[in-house]
Amino acid sequence: MSASEPMFDRLEPLLARVQRPARYIGCEVGAVQPDWSKCEGPDGDRVVRWLLAYPDTYEIGQPNQGLQILFEILNERSDALAERTYAPWVDLEDEMRSAGLPLFSIDTHREASAFNLLAFNLSAELTYTNLLNMVDLAGVPVRSRDRGPEHPLVIAGGHCTYNPEPLADFLDAVVLGDGEEVVGEVTEVVGEWLAAGSRDRTELLRALCGVEGVYVPAAYEVTYDGDGADALVESVEACWETAPMPVPKRTLPDLAEWPYPQSQMVPLTEVVHDRLNVEVFRGCTRGCRFCQAGMITRPVRERPAEQVSAMVREGLARTGYDEVALTSLSSADFSGIAETVEEIVESDTEGRISVSLPSLRVDAFGVDIAAQVQKGRRTGLTFAPEAGTWRMRQVINKLIREEDLYGAVDSAYSQGWRRVKLYFLTGLPTETDEDTLGIARMAENCVTIGKRHMRNPSVTVSVGGFVPKPFTPFQWFGQNTEEELHRKIGLLRDALRRNRNVAFKWHDSRASVVEGMLSRGDRRLGSAIESAWRKGATFQEWSECFSLEMWQEALAEEGLRPEHYAYRHRTEDEVLPWEHLDAGLHKDFLWQDWTDALQEVGLPDCRWTPCYDCGACTGWGVEHVVASAVPPAGGSQGTGQDLDTGGLLPEVVAVPVEVRT
Amino acid sequence: MRVRIRYGVEGKVRFLSHRDVARVMERAIRRAAVPVAYTEGFSPRPKVQYGLALSTGYESDGEYIDIYLDPERQGVRDPREIALALTVCLPAGLEVLAAAEVPRQATSLQDSVESTQWRVLLDVTGGGAMGGLAQQVDELLASESYEIDIIRKGKPVSEDLRPLVHALRVTAPSGGGPAVLEAELGTKPRSIRPSELLGALGVSEPRLVRRTHQWTRRDGDRREPLALGDLSPRAEACAS
Ligand code: SF4
Repeated sequence: MSASEPMFDRLEPLLARVQRPARYIGCEVGAVQPDWSKCEGPDGDRVVRWLLAYPDTYEIGQPNQGLQILFEILNERSDALAERTYAPWVDLEDEMRSAGLPLFSIDTHREASAFNLLAFNLSAELTYTNLLNMVDLAGVPVRSRDRGPEHPLVIAGGHCTYNPEPLADFLDAVVLGDGEEVVGEVTEVVGEWLAAGSRDRTELLRALCGVEGVYVPAAYEVTYDGDGADALVESVEACWETAPMPVPKRTLPDLAEWPYPQSQMVPLTEVVHDRLNVEVFRGCTRGCRFCQAGMITRPVRERPAEQVSAMVREGLARTGYDEVALTSLSSADFSGIAETVEEIVESDTEGRISVSLPSLRVDAFGVDIAAQVQKGRRTGLTFAPEAGTWRMRQVINKLIREEDLYGAVDSAYSQGWRRVKLYFLTGLPTETDEDTLGIARMAENCVTIGKRHMRNPSVTVSVGGFVPKPFTPFQWFGQNTEEELHRKIGLLRDALRRNRNVAFKWHDSRASVVEGMLSRGDRRLGSAIESAWRKGATFQEWSECFSLEMWQEALAEEGLRPEHYAYRHRTEDEVLPWEHLDAGLHKDFLWQDWTDALQEVGLPDCRWTPCYDCGACTGWGVEHVVASAVPPAGGSQGTGQDLDTGGLLPEVVAVPVEVRT
Repeated sequence: MRVRIRYGVEGKVRFLSHRDVARVMERAIRRAAVPVAYTEGFSPRPKVQYGLALSTGYESDGEYIDIYLDPERQGVRDPREIALALTVCLPAGLEVLAAAEVPRQATSLQDSVESTQWRVLLDVTGGGAMGGLAQQVDELLASESYEIDIIRKGKPVSEDLRPLVHALRVTAPSGGGPAVLEAELGTKPRSIRPSELLGALGVSEPRLVRRTHQWTRRDGDRREPLALGDLSPRAEACAS
């Protein structure tokens, strides 16, 4: 049977034996159908076939908007087609391996070998072993150098690719930044190579180096200053003349030109974020120093409010969803938020549509918007103050005043919400036990406020261990050890144990260690990733599958240690493993911001205050696209940030009951 | 107003769970602008009644839902038009086969169905195996009771299969192809699953299981909750 024929009949008997087989059938309502007849025409042999892959389960990966956007854009082209694939769960993987069935697409169920590119979306470091596993299931050698012209090209995009070095041995090419335009350019280069007989793989990689935003790891040579566990990168040299240095990222200047996905598909089985998603802007300049997404996606590019409204209106009618999320890194900052929400609420005459803002602003204004749109039962509202003391929030530049949080919480309980969920990070730079315990104090104050409105308010505190990421001011920070994170979680658990109204949740600090190494590692980690994968360490994002032991063994075999990659503070003169890539941010800006952090100096939002030249706009020919020249109204979250008043004792809690401060 | 829809399940969508199908139906109803009534309360749900669940992996020619329409709401009310509108909004493989109005007070689908009919394709290799299967079918039919061990609500129990097997027949493939097992299984007082019958016959992995009919009884006659081709606006005869 030819690889480009559907293979569903061979998969069917296997599906009868596995859990949740619906995750493998595709068939989403509204999904664009890849048109294989394109491959039949006179230029059929140069039609580039993309297999877009998400290295986790369908339930996690299907809603990924980036993947759906590229899926549509590619299928619209006459010289390309795209299908999708997700990591088969371990039960199906076993069945596939014993039946000799390769990785398959879920749209028309074709073998991975029917495609020219296997393109991964990398959003989380702990999925790296899944990537290797999927490449292997596809029948492709896991190491780039072992592949021949008959194998699909293995490439990746997404936030993790700002430091793709740990995967350098496995990826043929990496795309940095917004993918909408660059997938077309990659298609053209690959199409020409196919038309010319597709013989020499290196020739293709050389040509890809010429596409702006594409990084080909094989085109660069990394040298180290030694060969022990603690060796540092000494230099990175481009070894082909086509290879740029540094490799720039891609930035779409105007989101309005890309109203995608135009036909968001509706899954037939349960997935996360199962709702209509409309992206209201990309980029964020709040400047939270721990947030990689905010740093690497600058500047802010808003979608015009009328386009947002049209996408919401048409999307709801087309999909039958009763929920729409207005997505971005901080949706309440969208200039048109009030009008957009009002319009949705007004057009919803039957009152069945709910709007969600995945990132709620921590002030009463945020709650008012939520109140306007949350239909039905008001169960919970989520806020992310991120740190428990004003000092700590100055360090991380999340300049929320405590009074704004309490105002928001008061407003939430008074309007009928019964549960408030608070997100925090622990293990932040300069964090003391007092800062950590500030989290417990804030939670208790929220309970006190809630008791004014109801007998049994509930506060959920969710704490994650901080993992520093490349291209953030904290990229030089040595993260807390697993033991230290564990101890801090213990402090909080003890502090909150007696309060019946507080539920405490935390992330596994062991996973933070592995995530930390992978996020700031160098190429030498590749062998350890491969070794961990060979030991069976797949689905490491899933607590039931995560195995620190496998990672420890793998590292020991390769003579590497977490101290070097994760726990060590780095110096200004050190060559960072990702320094030959350009996320748009000047290194001296990041260093300055790091030293400001240590001195507890905040930085305002450059959308509404003068540019401080971080590098993201200057020299790239892009700038903020923001409809409103003035910041939205509100407290510290609205008026640009408040740089110095956050230490005030909030009045709302000072009055009625005794509150610990 | 209560509108009954009969639909089929075929192809890839047979791997949807009963819950998945319910969600898909509810979304299709909304997209098709069917003026469905909603339940009262904090989180109103569309008023839709489902029939007996179909196991994940099985196909069917006879699945049913009842949709309650809200007299206050605008939209398509004619069963024929509802059928057409839904067809456009459902994924390939979920196909509307019939639609008709039924009296509001009619017995619920779950309660009215007394037996279900199945067609199972089996890969039986060799005449010996086929003979063995045929013999087991004969033995089961000839027995007065046929106890099997099954799991109910997480507990192993013993159940007499015999009174629930209303009909059973196995035919050999003429000129190759899978064997065909046809069975009518009772649902009262408890349903028996086709997989449990197959287990009792020593068959573990059927190629395909398809529900062909669900039967109700009225005035001593066996009927379907909605006959095929019944797209008429009012089909009282089918309201059991
Ligand atoms: S270059 Fe200036 S305006 Fe642009 S994101 Fe950086 S600081 Fe803001």
